[in-house]
Amino acid sequence: MSGILGSVFAPGFFGSEPVHVALAVGSVAAIVSGVLGVFTVMRGQSYAGHAFADISITGGSGSFLLGISPIWGFAGTSVLAAGIMDMIGIQRPRGRDLATGIVRGAALGLAALFLYWDTTHTSTTGATVTILFGSMFAITPSTVPVVLALSLAALGIVAVLYRPLLLSSVSSELAFARGIPVRVAGVACLVAIALAVSLSALTIGAILSTALLIGPAATALRLTTRPGQAMAWAVVIGLVTTWLGIVLAYDSFSWPPARHAWPVSFFVVTLIFLCYLAAHLVSPGQRRDPAVGRG
Amino acid sequence: MFSSFMTNTWTVATIVAVVAGVVGFFVVLRGSAFVADALPTGAFAGAAGASLIGVSTLAGLTVFSLAGALAIGWLGRRSRHDVATALTLVLMLGLGALFLSFSQEYSAEIYSLLFGEVLGISVNEVAPVAALGAVCIVAILVMFRPLMLSSVMPELGEARGVRSYRIEMGFLVVIALATSMALPVVGALLIFSLMIGPPAAARSFTSNPYVALALCVVIAVAAVWTAIAASYASNWPVGFFVGVIGAVCYAAGRGWTAWRGTRAVRAAAERDSGVPAVAC
Repeated sequence: MSGILGSVFAPGFFGSEPVHVALAVGSVAAIVSGVLGVFTVMRGQSYAGHAFADISITGGSGSFLLGISPIWGFAGTSVLAAGIMDMIGIQRPRGRDLATGIVRGAALGLAALFLYWDTTHTSTTGATVTILFGSMFAITPSTVPVVLALSLAALGIVAVLYRPLLLSSVSSELAFARGIPVRVAGVACLVAIALAVSLSALTIGAILSTALLIGPAATALRLTTRPGQAMAWAVVIGLVTTWLGIVLAYDSFSWPPARHAWPVSFFVVTLIFLCYLAAHLVSPGQRRDPAVGRG
Repeated sequence: MFSSFMTNTWTVATIVAVVAGVVGFFVVLRGSAFVADALPTGAFAGAAGASLIGVSTLAGLTVFSLAGALAIGWLGRRSRHDVATALTLVLMLGLGALFLSFSQEYSAEIYSLLFGEVLGISVNEVAPVAALGAVCIVAILVMFRPLMLSSVMPELGEARGVRSYRIEMGFLVVIALATSMALPVVGALLIFSLMIGPPAAARSFTSNPYVALALCVVIAVAAVWTAIAASYASNWPVGFFVGVIGAVCYAAGRGWTAWRGTRAVRAAAERDSGVPAVAC
């Protein structure tokens, strides 16, 4: 038994402080992303979910420049971007991707400028890479409480607005007829997604934040059509892939081409993609919900 | 600004702007902004892979963007298109992260691949860009009518015998080619902003598709020239100017639509309600 465990978990896995932090933060991100991901996929807003990760780079690079904690830059920018996207028409089907694209383009343009100033003023060339890809094993433990608090806020929005959000995600006409303020619900949902994505982008990197938001939720929605069950599945898939990814990355210290570990994001993303592919091949006949559209 | 070493920059940027304008027109028409965003972002993982095994960057980019386009087309056929795009994108980025972790000295190059290194284009980069650009334009011209039909009225296109899946695949390949052509010289952000901003603006100014297409190319070229001139003058990254100019173009288009009065807005709303109903 201990032999098997020893071959799975490389020596020192459970005693390592960075691993503890990575497991904790990764789990929080997986849970929050799983719940919000179901809404994101149902509302056809995958692009917005992905864009927030990139947009938060602007906040990150801007806060480097101002010298404030990146977490406020990340969260603030993406909530602001959620507001702008809503203002210029993310609700309309055709304009949705366009609105997201315009906001993302402008935000990344600003990020280019901020990074240029960052690198010329303070010569932190590594900043681009750190911000883009994140590094799970390099999270400072002091940011963990703030991340936890803001994640709880995002989950709180969903918990308070659960039923109206769900109804307006499935059918905005029906929700409108029931007297639900669809627009307000939409903004609240977008803000919650923005918060969740920017936090996970800060801690686990932009790639993983998109992957954890979309992948488990899309897989879960292929396995079940009930939103509550889908959220549970998405959280489970997200947690398992994240943990496996961390274990594999820790093990890969001893893999070729040696020197250092393979990136966690590579493992987690690959595992998530394989899950989706399996669900895609197992249940290909599932009809696309016409109310959700192509997105 | 117009000295000899800048000649290549102006040439390449103009070619990229024309191609981005033409391809972008259909990107906006078909509502595939996400794909036009995902392929350039994901393809740069190919550049990282190419530098790792020592082949040319262009080859790596082309392989990755083509593979990405085919994966998005195949996965998106039977499921939500945006989900397929997002997952293909993160898989490509995950591979990119892996390649980058194998080769250490790369962060400056990532920056230039993402945000563009437009002021340092050498003369032997012009020919491949021109060739791939020509391929894109010719492909669009060959597919023009079925592409237009299936973008504007997919049902009518099907009835007329347009194979919308083939057209979709063909169009994805064109986006992939345009991406791999433009990425090494102008960066992922620039090509994406050019594909979105000018067409979105052009569409607001006219409802005639041919006029819109021409207008879109004109705006894209003007945007690129302005961005390069501003970048040259201020020494700020060209990606900043293109991103902001793209957003300004879009805002101008929206402003124009609003200014033309409620009647035009109502007509646009009716046009929008013609497409399948949607949540939110």
